[in-house]
Amino acid sequence: MLAVKEIDVYYGAIHALKNLSLDVEQGSIVTLIGANGAGKTTALKTISGILRPSSGAVLYKGKDITKTAPENIVALGISQVPEGRRVFQTMSVLENLEMGAYLRSNKKEIQKDMENVFARFPRLKERRKQEAGTLSGGEQQMLAIGRALMAQPELLLMDEPSMGLAPLLVKEIFDIIKDINSRGTTILLVEQNANMALSIADKAYVIETGEIVLEGSAEQLLKSEEVKKAYLGG
Amino acid sequence: MIEFAQQLVNGLSLGAIYALIALGYTMVYGIIKLINFAHGDVMMVGAYVGFFSITLLGTNILAAMLVAMLFCAILGVIIEKVAYRPLRNSTRIAALITAIGVSLFLEYITIFILGPAQKVFPSSAFPITEYHIAGISILNKNIFVFISAVVLMLILQYIIKWTKTGKAMRAVSLDMEAAVLMGISVDKTISITFAIGSALAAAAGVMVGVYYNTINPLMGIIPGLKAFVAAVLGGIGIIPGAMVGGFVMGLLETMVSGYGNSMYRDAVAFGVLILILLIKPTGLFGKNTGEKV
Ligand SMILES: Nc1ncnc2c1ncn2[C@@H]1O[C@H](COP(=O)(O)OP(=O)(O)OP(=O)(O)O)[C@@H](O)[C@H]1O
Ligand SMILES: [Mg+2]
Repeated sequence: MLAVKEIDVYYGAIHALKNLSLDVEQGSIVTLIGANGAGKTTALKTISGILRPSSGAVLYKGKDITKTAPENIVALGISQVPEGRRVFQTMSVLENLEMGAYLRSNKKEIQKDMENVFARFPRLKERRKQEAGTLSGGEQQMLAIGRALMAQPELLLMDEPSMGLAPLLVKEIFDIIKDINSRGTTILLVEQNANMALSIADKAYVIETGEIVLEGSAEQLLKSEEVKKAYLGG
Repeated sequence: MIEFAQQLVNGLSLGAIYALIALGYTMVYGIIKLINFAHGDVMMVGAYVGFFSITLLGTNILAAMLVAMLFCAILGVIIEKVAYRPLRNSTRIAALITAIGVSLFLEYITIFILGPAQKVFPSSAFPITEYHIAGISILNKNIFVFISAVVLMLILQYIIKWTKTGKAMRAVSLDMEAAVLMGISVDKTISITFAIGSALAAAAGVMVGVYYNTINPLMGIIPGLKAFVAAVLGGIGIIPGAMVGGFVMGLLETMVSGYGNSMYRDAVAFGVLILILLIKPTGLFGKNTGEKV
């Protein structure tokens, strides 16, 4: 479904992604794990069209989207839950969800998806008139996920959705990711929490200083000595 | 007491004008963090377009205002595209200097085309009537300015609060990158912001013509600066703040002229700026985020 082909991405002189390739198969959960500053966010931003690779290509359903405008990439079915949630702080929960559906026009269907999001996250429904900035971290993460779902994505990019959350909430978020996937949405999940990510993923990539250093099935990587040592605390 | 009420009446219409101009400053700042110093000059262009709409096209005052708003909306979009967009990723000071350049350009191109002399706003377009209510003299132009400004502000509030475009404008000003990830076109949203802000300035320009009777190519400078102070006073980037700031500046100015010495009215405006920057740089409505103007 998504194929990232040998991309190089720079911030000025900083070479953030080096000849990076990724494959995400339709219907799967793929995870990209790596330490602080490895280049995970950069990879997702490049797929979303916010950053441009200096070489290489991004293909989505066989179509080259390397130079496609970010809003058109969303229209093609790729949404992102950005790092740090990035909800619109002084807008209400409802307005945040509406922004997720910005490119859609069928009011009835939008309303239906809104109900689906509320069914999934009842706490958001209770707080729908509240400003997003007043929500707890976990609620904001749920809002960020709900907002991305409002675009009806076929491919959902998630950047460290478990960051800064209590262990119980982390588990809840991962259950939600599995559930979203089981309903047909393909997922590319970026995580530092390698254990959790590998436990729900089909396929995994390990990134270090902008390069893919390991790839394989999630099972394989969970067993791999290198991964255990570097990312699983033992 | 009557004297005070009289100054209040005068101040409210002047304040409404400042509020309209301040809105453009604050909206543009909110979205691209630029103090658009050409904004007062867009107001001036609006006044001239209104003037010619009345004298050449023979329209009434309301139609003149609409023509001016439309013209300046387009002008604002062009200014952003040509002058500010290429600098969007450069330093703020570069954009600020460019804004000053655009300001001078608008002033002197107007002088070049129309000459430096002031023009008298045709009184036929707005015959003055005076009403006496409880000892207070109220001119129909005060009522006109106040009501049309309030109507425009209500329309703006409606757009920002309830329409999809308005919500997108808020989203872009809160978090541009997150807005992009929603599929919102930042370029389009910024263009709309300039169009709306410039249209409000144009309406204010026509009101200034009605209020002061004369217009000239440099008429945008002082009201522009005062509206800027109003925007800072309310908290730059905050829309209700600009409205309140505008009214405060207008009332302050008429009170100073009425009770004190009208020579001091401009000094007072900038005294307010200095005070607010010293005491609460984020303005009356601003949260203390550490962001400096
Ligand atoms: N805007 C930027 N300007 C310059 N360098 C940047 C910028 N953003 C990221 N970098 C650098 O690029 C590299 C990759 O950063 P990136 O944010 O993609 O890492 P990450 O894997 O997402 O890290 P984290 O787990 O902390 O989110 C880092 O060395 C970082 O310092
Ligand atoms: Mg990151």
